[in-house]
Amino acid sequence: MKRFFHTLCAATFLMTGPALAKDTLTIYTYESFVSEWGPGSKIKANFEKTCDCLVEYVAVTDGVAMLNRLKLEGQNSTADVVLGLDTNLTDEAVATNLFGKHGLDQAKASAVPGGWHDDYFLPFDYGYFAFIYDTTKVALPPKSLDELVNGDPSQKIILQDPRSSTPGLGFLLWMKQVYGDRASDAWRKLKPRILTTTPGWSEAYGLFTKGEAPMVFSYVTSPAYHIEVEKSEQYQAAKFSEGHYLQIEVAGAIAGSPELPLALKFLDFMLTPKFQDEIPTTNWMMPAGKTDVALPAAFGKLIVPDKTLLYSPSEVKKNRRKWIDEWLSVFSE
Amino acid sequence: MVWFAVGQGGSLILDSYIWSVLRFTVLQAGLSTILSIALALPAAWVLAGYKFAGRDFLLAIFAVPQMMPAIVVVLALTGVFGRSGWLPNLFNLYSLSGIVLAHAFFNAPLCIRLFVGALQSVKLENNRLATQLGLSGFRKWQHVDWPAIRTVLPHISLLVFLYCAASFVVVLTFGGPSATTLEVAIYQSLRLDFDVARAISLAILQIILCLVLVTLIGRFYGVEEAGVELRKNPHETLSSTFTLQQFSAIILPLVLVIAPLVHLLWVGLPSINIRPILLQAVLTSGGIALFSALVSLLIAWPLAAIVARRAPHSGVYSAIVMLGLIIPPAVLATGWFILLRGSGGSYLQSAGLICVLNSLMALPLVFSILRSAMVQNLVGHDQLCDQLRLRGWLRFSRIDYPIMRFAIFQSALIACVLSMGDLTAVMLLGAQGLITMPSLIASEMGNYRSTTAQGTALLLASICISLAYLAQKFAVAQDSDQ
Repeated sequence: MKRFFHTLCAATFLMTGPALAKDTLTIYTYESFVSEWGPGSKIKANFEKTCDCLVEYVAVTDGVAMLNRLKLEGQNSTADVVLGLDTNLTDEAVATNLFGKHGLDQAKASAVPGGWHDDYFLPFDYGYFAFIYDTTKVALPPKSLDELVNGDPSQKIILQDPRSSTPGLGFLLWMKQVYGDRASDAWRKLKPRILTTTPGWSEAYGLFTKGEAPMVFSYVTSPAYHIEVEKSEQYQAAKFSEGHYLQIEVAGAIAGSPELPLALKFLDFMLTPKFQDEIPTTNWMMPAGKTDVALPAAFGKLIVPDKTLLYSPSEVKKNRRKWIDEWLSVFSE
Repeated sequence: MVWFAVGQGGSLILDSYIWSVLRFTVLQAGLSTILSIALALPAAWVLAGYKFAGRDFLLAIFAVPQMMPAIVVVLALTGVFGRSGWLPNLFNLYSLSGIVLAHAFFNAPLCIRLFVGALQSVKLENNRLATQLGLSGFRKWQHVDWPAIRTVLPHISLLVFLYCAASFVVVLTFGGPSATTLEVAIYQSLRLDFDVARAISLAILQIILCLVLVTLIGRFYGVEEAGVELRKNPHETLSSTFTLQQFSAIILPLVLVIAPLVHLLWVGLPSINIRPILLQAVLTSGGIALFSALVSLLIAWPLAAIVARRAPHSGVYSAIVMLGLIIPPAVLATGWFILLRGSGGSYLQSAGLICVLNSLMALPLVFSILRSAMVQNLVGHDQLCDQLRLRGWLRFSRIDYPIMRFAIFQSALIACVLSMGDLTAVMLLGAQGLITMPSLIASEMGNYRSTTAQGTALLLASICISLAYLAQKFAVAQDSDQ
């Protein structure tokens, strides 16, 4: 037993030894970023080559959980960089007073639709939401959100809950952008068409690919996964004439961090090809900055929305609770 | 956590929305409990009294549903009862009936195992007497079996009710937004609104609800619980006349539990993706499960010993043990996080904390198994041990361990299986590189790999079934030694 304990101590030393010698950059991110298919490990290796430092990820379920963790930890947080919030959360994130201004060149985020202007955060990827349909079951997909809302209620759709899911909130905002004050009526019309509203994207997409419903709410880029990995074009995104709601994923630096210069260096690195090249086939999102490698062929087959729909972070923060209550009241009827 | 909420300056107001949420919570958990028990009783009666091929294997399988990740259960159930499933249009899964059915999938097997334990603890003499008196069928049920069930029924109902009230993924997926339970409301206030005060007021409401139930049940029955474990396996008393009548008693739970598992086998078997990360997850989950079981036993043993000897304040200790079940997991997890903030981080620290949290989750079940075994076996030896001056380790190794071995292994198994299925603690306290089987499944589901995820889930289920089967075999072997 004693010998085992000594070996354990020695092993711990060996593992932590090098970490003490170099600066360590702690990055809070969401789970799928560091999963075995995510971009995390490649990006860590690429950045470590440029900085003579170590990157350590702390993975949380998703962006909302990340922000809540920061609120709980406050000034005691060990985070240097927070990567994976979206623009629906950034206003609230700034309100924690934990984030510092980055002072970096925002023009490098040129690929983001509508450009980028934010003193605290920089984007690393973006994606449009869309309904994905099964081409073996849907011959004529809806051409607009309005066609979907007024369509055949026997052709079911699967949605996500805006209270617990990022795409769920995205669809709520999309409905609000298109219908404004008439959103309640639109929800009421859509209601019989909804097979179920799941707590997260995983359940919804799992049920969809199982064949429970011919349509699911997801991302424009979802078909790229099926084309690239499964060599199948069975699942396609429906293009809506009102435009598509946009999700932009961002990162920011913690102002009080002792590693602030390193954190800013990482944010700068984030919009270089060494980071951006990894995004398309690992995160299945569109790169926010310049890439060296051309996008995979599957991305050329994706629909390109004609119009971008997006609320500013402050509008979302101000109205989110009210709009969710409006949605909830229709579904509690 | 309350301190944090007061610091946040939130409000503790309950509105009419909350009352409708409360009603729905009680409705779905109540119906789920009734269905689980109704399915479990006849099946347990058959499994406890009759011998047939595959009986032990069936009991091992019934140890598994409780720990399966909710998302896997949702997919397996839709694979059988869904619109595209094997038996479509039997139920509308996307309604209250889907919620109740899924909860019965989780809980009926647990009830079966606990009821079988109670029935088998009916003393051998009682069974012989019943046979000598020619009692059979309903008369035997009335005079021998029902009294045994009656003593454990309140406790088991309460357990199932609490598990159903705390259910989250199933309720939202099959119920949709109108099916908001207290647990969902708590999650929303904690996660989306970050209104810790509201979350706490809701959690207090849930705790009050549970305490009212505990008191009511105690009032009606008098809380004298009997053994809730798989007791000695008196194979010699098992009747081998297994007929259509017996078969019809177990067919419903069999379809409900086995069909989704067969579906999981069907989808999962060709999709098991063996790779280093999967093996790493198996080892991590196994290690955490073993340590959790050990910690759970170490905590439960002294508490159970106190309560079994009816020492003063026994009720308080029993209540403390149940607390882990009564407090909503989301609140418990956040509370722990606030308590531990700044201390987490490294791989080993995180793994240790996960073990502790998992062992607390298993505590209610481990505690009741140990306690009832102690009441029946251990306490009677106190006087003798005092006379022989046997104390501490000496007493444990010479007296307590040999007679408690069976209960120890059964409760350790349950703690292991629960810990193997845990996602809450891992998600909350996980560190970089700490991957368990449920967290790997979640990651696969979140990355378009839902069939791979079902392969991983199949592997997880197989490991748990094997553990349960081995524990049963081991127990029977130990019995014949004595």
